[in-house]
Amino acid sequence: MSRIGVFICWCGENIARTVDVAKVTETCAGLPGVRCSMNYKYMCSDPGQAMIREKIASEKLDGVVVASCSPHMHLKTFRRAAASAGLNPYLLEMANIREQCSWVHHDMGQATAKAAEIVKLSVAKVRYNHALDPIRVPVTRRALVIGGGVAGIQAALDIADSGYEVVLVEREPSIGGKMAGLSETFPTLDCSQCILTPRMVEAGQHPRIKLHTFSEVEAVEGFIGNFEVTIRNKARYVDIAKCTGCGECQKVCPLKRNPSEFDFGMGMRPAIYMPFPQAVPARPVVDKKTCAKIIRNGCGLCERKCAPGAINFKDQDRLVKEKVGAIVVATGYKLYDIGREQSSAKLSGYGEYGYGKYKDVIDALQFERLISASGPTNGELKRPSDGKIPQKVVFISCVGSRDNAKGLPYCSKICCMYTAKHTMLYKHKVHSGEAHVFYMDIRSGGKGYDEFVRRAIEQDGAKYYRGRVSKITESNGKLIVRGADTLAGIPVTIEADMVVLAAAMRPATGIEELAQKLNVGYDEFGFLLESHPKLRPVETNTAGVLICGACQAPKDIPEAVAQASAAASKVAVTFAASELTREPEIARINEQTCAACFACVRTCPYHAVERAEIRARNGTLIKHTARVNQGLCMGCGTCVSVCPSKSADIEGFTEEEIYSMVEALA
Amino acid sequence: MKLGYYPGCALHGSSNDYEQSLRAALGALDVTLAEIEDWICCGATSAHSLNHELAIALPARNLALARRQGQAELFAPCPMCSMQLLKATHAMEADPQLKARMSATVEAEVDGGARVLNLIQVFERIGLDKLKAAVKAPLKDLKPACYYGCLLVRPPLVVEFDDAEQPRSMEAVVAALGAKPVDWNYKTECCGAGMTMANTQTVLELSNRILADAKAHGANCLVVACPMCHVNLDMKQTDIGSYAGTEYHLPVYYLSDLAGMALGLSAADLGIDRHFVVEAR
Amino acid sequence: MAERMDAPPTKLMRLAQLGHVDEALRAESIWLCVGCQTCSTRCPKSVDCAAVMDALRQLAFERGEASPAQRRTVIFQKAFLDNIRRNGRLNEIELIALFKGEAFLRDRNIPALFQDATLAPQLQKRRKFHLIGEKARDRGVVARIFERVLKGGGQ
Repeated sequence: MSRIGVFICWCGENIARTVDVAKVTETCAGLPGVRCSMNYKYMCSDPGQAMIREKIASEKLDGVVVASCSPHMHLKTFRRAAASAGLNPYLLEMANIREQCSWVHHDMGQATAKAAEIVKLSVAKVRYNHALDPIRVPVTRRALVIGGGVAGIQAALDIADSGYEVVLVEREPSIGGKMAGLSETFPTLDCSQCILTPRMVEAGQHPRIKLHTFSEVEAVEGFIGNFEVTIRNKARYVDIAKCTGCGECQKVCPLKRNPSEFDFGMGMRPAIYMPFPQAVPARPVVDKKTCAKIIRNGCGLCERKCAPGAINFKDQDRLVKEKVGAIVVATGYKLYDIGREQSSAKLSGYGEYGYGKYKDVIDALQFERLISASGPTNGELKRPSDGKIPQKVVFISCVGSRDNAKGLPYCSKICCMYTAKHTMLYKHKVHSGEAHVFYMDIRSGGKGYDEFVRRAIEQDGAKYYRGRVSKITESNGKLIVRGADTLAGIPVTIEADMVVLAAAMRPATGIEELAQKLNVGYDEFGFLLESHPKLRPVETNTAGVLICGACQAPKDIPEAVAQASAAASKVAVTFAASELTREPEIARINEQTCAACFACVRTCPYHAVERAEIRARNGTLIKHTARVNQGLCMGCGTCVSVCPSKSADIEGFTEEEIYSMVEALA
Repeated sequence: MKLGYYPGCALHGSSNDYEQSLRAALGALDVTLAEIEDWICCGATSAHSLNHELAIALPARNLALARRQGQAELFAPCPMCSMQLLKATHAMEADPQLKARMSATVEAEVDGGARVLNLIQVFERIGLDKLKAAVKAPLKDLKPACYYGCLLVRPPLVVEFDDAEQPRSMEAVVAALGAKPVDWNYKTECCGAGMTMANTQTVLELSNRILADAKAHGANCLVVACPMCHVNLDMKQTDIGSYAGTEYHLPVYYLSDLAGMALGLSAADLGIDRHFVVEAR
Repeated sequence: MAERMDAPPTKLMRLAQLGHVDEALRAESIWLCVGCQTCSTRCPKSVDCAAVMDALRQLAFERGEASPAQRRTVIFQKAFLDNIRRNGRLNEIELIALFKGEAFLRDRNIPALFQDATLAPQLQKRRKFHLIGEKARDRGVVARIFERVLKGGGQ
């Protein structure tokens, strides 16, 4: 026999103005199973809660209905109150007579009748509620960070400094990402590597950071607190433990002219190469696509030259498993390709800019390498075609961005700033040079950013034209750039020595495959989806997987770093206790009646139902069954609706509970 | 191979050398041209400039005639005609009410209009390998600048042909004939179009840029697939030269001229002797 | 053509956006425009600028507000259309004669009247000069098409 207490709140005037609270109290006192029924002005207040606690004890209540506001407001409050009085919190229900009644109706008679009905339904349900306990999931307090750029490094350091081990996986042979290749960063014009390399070294040497470079995530299993990740360590052909980083191998390699990936093709590297002098780890890697020894068993000079014998042409890819409790994705970006071939049918390159056939029409990252002091031309801005120093450089904004016709409608956010930076760096190197910028708008919203752009224009003499460039052609070693200035309403033609295109920012190659392995959503451009664009920018809808940096959306370094720390703090929250508690209102399968049709396994959007076996003590198989993984289930109820044997049910919202509400209405 | 054939006003007017050329060359390649009975003008620049409904109705009439005459493919050697026919096709496909209205206006059923081909597409239909195999006299001495003009490749969503900025289809045909096309900057820049009479200055200015760039890139002739471009670059070449203070002496060939020559046909067969600029210097 | 235009296309598009169509109609630009379609091809927002230019031309023509400085071009286009209406196909000699005649009546420009006069014998020599132009057989349907379109006003 139920002993249910009904507590109706006035919520000041919010409910009482439209609902006759006294009348509802009286009506509810007569409902089957109701032991006591009372009302109070502010149920959520201390005296209100005290009232509930007192009645639970004195009337030995085994169920409570609080008729007041939305559960979103105070369900936790009231359940804590019930728990403190010794009543299982899941035996307390809220009946929403404010948002769903008093706030949306005017007629007191009708609202009162409706409020009484609402409470009646909750009472009917509570009679069938079960006591539930929160689910406890053990947590492996180690984190995986995918991507070793500035965001990944920041997240790894923050998590490691919080006291947890971090596994940092980086696809390239060295960590550092795009920032390691930049010349100087806005708005301070700090040397990029100078501010990054100390962090890189710290990450490389941190006792709690385990580095997997030249590696990729192969597979991800499990759920928050309990991930098992398979990492592929790609064959480097160099044993980084034996190698001393002396660099003799790359000196003797005869195949010196391979376009350097780090220099985006602006320089050359040998077949065995150090990615860049400040690489972490400072160890070379062999390019298996061009190495003569690997392709046709020739050469082998580096192997013979290597004093510690670190070169091993028998090296193979290796698969390593790591157990982690949280994953941070920081895979960064790449630039929109200015050539003819595109990765997607919806994109097309810029034929009017030559589709990449003009050697001196380059993109922003290539320009960074050319002006970088440690770049392929040692910081002298030599143009790719003939090595001459350009006297006139044209910078074109919005190439591929904000372009519905050629594919990417969004703004890439950083280009206005780095274009201004490029003009300044160019003028600092070539004092007599002319910098011309074609722009549509100038987006410089950060701290000191607009002042930075004005400095480029007012102090460094960059000329800005408000208009697009319609065509670039090459004539006698000069690039004829035809654009416009719409503010003056005139066409503008410049005979330039070099053109730099601010190509759009896109997520890194392979992001879709990685997102699918992690069960994380992504948009049509490949950017990973955050839980809520305003309030939860670093979490995803997959518990335990966080995102930060340019993989989520175009952004600059300060934002990437801030997001990385944010993601790290979320990881720290997850790791705060050795166990994770989850709300128990999730699915449960009655394994006795389950027919093992596995419709639920196939339809669960969170892959939270597993196929399991029930065996006798001697190992004989008794039956197959579906079983809910309590760490992953989100309580959506899809399995309940597809189960043909009615074996699946949601705790706290069982069919019995819901049907009792429906019958109470009839 | 048999194709429906829509010559358009220019090819029966002062650009009848183009018709002579393509009939000779395509005839040698076993292509039969079935001229659309009683075709009418496509409307050209005037119609789309002064009345957009007329600009759809006039091509619609011709598409309906092609349908009536059972022609599934319609070769239109003038890019203005082919562009207008394609534009009308697209507009009516997107709007069935427009199509119905046009059928009534032009007194013939438009539905199921023909597939429109330009001259380059006809050579592609024949097959570049077949074309190469048929070559008797490879055009080794020709270094043409392939000039596409505007309407073969623009607007890209209407004509859906080659690449609007860096096309390569004409070069492929020309290379198959043994010539060495040059790379140059003015492949798709306008020659001045129909302004020859109304605003001659425009043609002088724009066509001069084309001839100058072709010459600067080492071309010894131009190849076109448009009668209007031919008029502006060939007939007006002396005037353009005077305007620019130079002499060009750049023969302007139709693509079918090149095909015909490579197949062994004579200049007289192809009507090349009727051009204004006859030989390079 | 932008270098020679009084109002570049970007200004005309903006005027149209702001509803100042009248000012746009009077621009010389729309008659200097050669219809090369480059604008529509390049536009990152897929605005069919060439079609807007066509629309401006049509409106200017219908309202009689076409730029006087560009009257030769307007006369030419109208003469071309009238020619097709009469003949079904273009009669070049008739077009040239009527165009030059009407243009001369408007601007009394004698050099323009006789410009290209030497072309006639050159074209004749090359069998490109057709004194008797081609006509479509069924000219009635052409006349009716024109009537229906111009009367109906279209959409």
